[in-house]
Amino acid sequence: MHTRSLVRGTAVVAAALLAAACGTSSSTSGTAAPGASGFTPPKIAQLDKLGTGEGAVSILAWPGYAENGSNDPKVDWVTPYEKQTGCKATVKTFGTSDEAVTLMKTGDYDVVSASGDASLRLIAGGDAAPVNTALVANYADVAPFLKDKAWNSVSGQMYGIPHGWGANLLMYRTDKVNPAPTSWASVFTDASKYAGKVTAYDSPIYIADAALFLMKTKPELGIKNPYALDSKQLQAAVDLLKAQKANVSEYWSDYLKEVQSFKSGNSVIGTTWQVIVNTAVGEKAPVKAILPAEGATGWSDTWMIAAKSKHPNCAYQWMNWIVSPTANAQVAEYFGEAPANVKACEQTTDKSFCDTYHAKDAGYAAEIWYWSTPIPQCLDGRTDVQCTDYSAWTRAWTEIKG
Amino acid sequence: MATLPADSPRRRLSARLTRSPRSRLALLLTAPLLWLGLAYLGALAALLVTALWTTNTFTGAIERTWTFDNLSTVLTDPVYRAVTLRTIGVAALVTLIDAVLALPVAFFLAKVASRRWQPLLVAAILLPLWASYLVKAYAWRSIFGGGGLLDWVATSPGYGLPATVCTLAYLWFPYMVLPIFAGLERLPDSLLEASGDLGARPWRTLRTVVFPLAFPAVVAGSIFTFSLSLGDYVAVEIVGGTKQFLGNLVYDNIGAANNQPLAAAVGLVPVVVMVVYLFLARRAGALDNL
Repeated sequence: MHTRSLVRGTAVVAAALLAAACGTSSSTSGTAAPGASGFTPPKIAQLDKLGTGEGAVSILAWPGYAENGSNDPKVDWVTPYEKQTGCKATVKTFGTSDEAVTLMKTGDYDVVSASGDASLRLIAGGDAAPVNTALVANYADVAPFLKDKAWNSVSGQMYGIPHGWGANLLMYRTDKVNPAPTSWASVFTDASKYAGKVTAYDSPIYIADAALFLMKTKPELGIKNPYALDSKQLQAAVDLLKAQKANVSEYWSDYLKEVQSFKSGNSVIGTTWQVIVNTAVGEKAPVKAILPAEGATGWSDTWMIAAKSKHPNCAYQWMNWIVSPTANAQVAEYFGEAPANVKACEQTTDKSFCDTYHAKDAGYAAEIWYWSTPIPQCLDGRTDVQCTDYSAWTRAWTEIKG
Repeated sequence: MATLPADSPRRRLSARLTRSPRSRLALLLTAPLLWLGLAYLGALAALLVTALWTTNTFTGAIERTWTFDNLSTVLTDPVYRAVTLRTIGVAALVTLIDAVLALPVAFFLAKVASRRWQPLLVAAILLPLWASYLVKAYAWRSIFGGGGLLDWVATSPGYGLPATVCTLAYLWFPYMVLPIFAGLERLPDSLLEASGDLGARPWRTLRTVVFPLAFPAVVAGSIFTFSLSLGDYVAVEIVGGTKQFLGNLVYDNIGAANNQPLAAAVGLVPVVVMVVYLFLARRAGALDNL
């Protein structure tokens, strides 16, 4: 399929261009291998060998990634880690990648679960240290198509341990939305049908969702990658989102707020994560989620270690623990994503889980548009125009919300 | 009796302090002035300076190069103008609602209620301040939410500006009642009686005697309700729907967008608005009423 190969190609080009963008040279050629040249992250040494644990570790995680039983007593993989390693874990969750980047700058955290729109910013900013994968025994079982990717490595040096990946879904109230949606059009062009009841993710990166929809429905705009928008394409996405805003009840970045507003019926349709669906269903809200026909944006997350980590040994033990088959299976099932460790597929309670989430399917994984940071050098390989960077997206997002 | 020996250090210190009023003043004011100067004015100065820096959009690191870009963005970008006007408008509306509601309540407390009931009623007005701000805001979220109290009575307008105005007016109500109550208490009853004796009907007494004398107190109360509404972002986040206020822009720019300089520039807007407001309030004589 044409689009599929294009998508795969893009990852390579994206890495090369990103490298060019961050490097000191002014070269914009896109011929280098992923992360191979130009990009010079600050020199930070990786850990040579594991010592004894420091007795504590500070974890910064997406909601649902580091559960210690406080949300649901049955969902707990932090306590076993603490028992096994003697590292007392404190967990802080964040709602957007931007928040994660900001929080990592405080230096208070040892490890972070970073998505593709945060990881390279952390590396370039000198906030994340390279990872010595030899010290992480379970790294050997991580799916090969997740290793040495543009969003988790630089010049063949891994900067983290792949954790899991998945797609942003479209959630709806089964009792209020009829017929069941099949396309993102339900929240964009047909949103007025649910005026005042639509919800959307409160982050500039959500612009990519609109761009993806335009890519599939308005070919004349020439969008090839939702993270590579020239100013005209960005404007089209902004216009679409401004029109959507008239029908939006509220934007969400706090996942519990979304659960609550779907439960009460303030929102009946909108973008979501599988973990939100699971939580809402657990609270008896009549909701369902689908992967719409246009495909979806998504995430591929990496556990990264802070450059100034005060507890590096406990942090390595955490990274090893969280991608161990058992823990990785628990997280994947709870959060609703494909686990990175292929052996985790034997540990899931639902034996068909990995098939449902296409965990071993490299082709499917390549079809999701993983969150990445937009930069001036177009990620889709165009050299005749300047693309809009993340600060332009941030300004646009402020403008959309008005 | 234990008297201090004539040359004890404490005695000498005490004698010295008695002789030198300057040292007394220094002792009294050093700590509060340090607090005011460093923590308070220092923070404001840091805000101003940060607004003149910029951030690297990729790594999010602050770059200390001087630029007026952030300030000019805030001044010229139509989004910031719209948000500023919306915030000021809501703050003004909240103040107006609170003033209209608080005047009769304060008048009743100060002039009608018996001495026995007065403290109890004042305590009742203060009662909501004992509950957490968040609890009250979330209570309003459920009132305006789907299947909430408003939905039982009529159709709830949902989250948005009406919900925000109601919530803020509720939250800051005590701050308006108290200054007006204090102002009306100082109004001698004899003035009201004199007005009546001279043939004025109650409405005329209210209009020509009570209102002019209570006006500075209302302005004093409005300083609280206006400034608190101007800076609020939590209630807006909870019941504001898709609407943004200045506080939300600051919060988003620091938390989400990681652009502290722009946040600082936005943060200067309420500072400027309040300086103008306080200047006008001073001319109305309200500052003597605080």
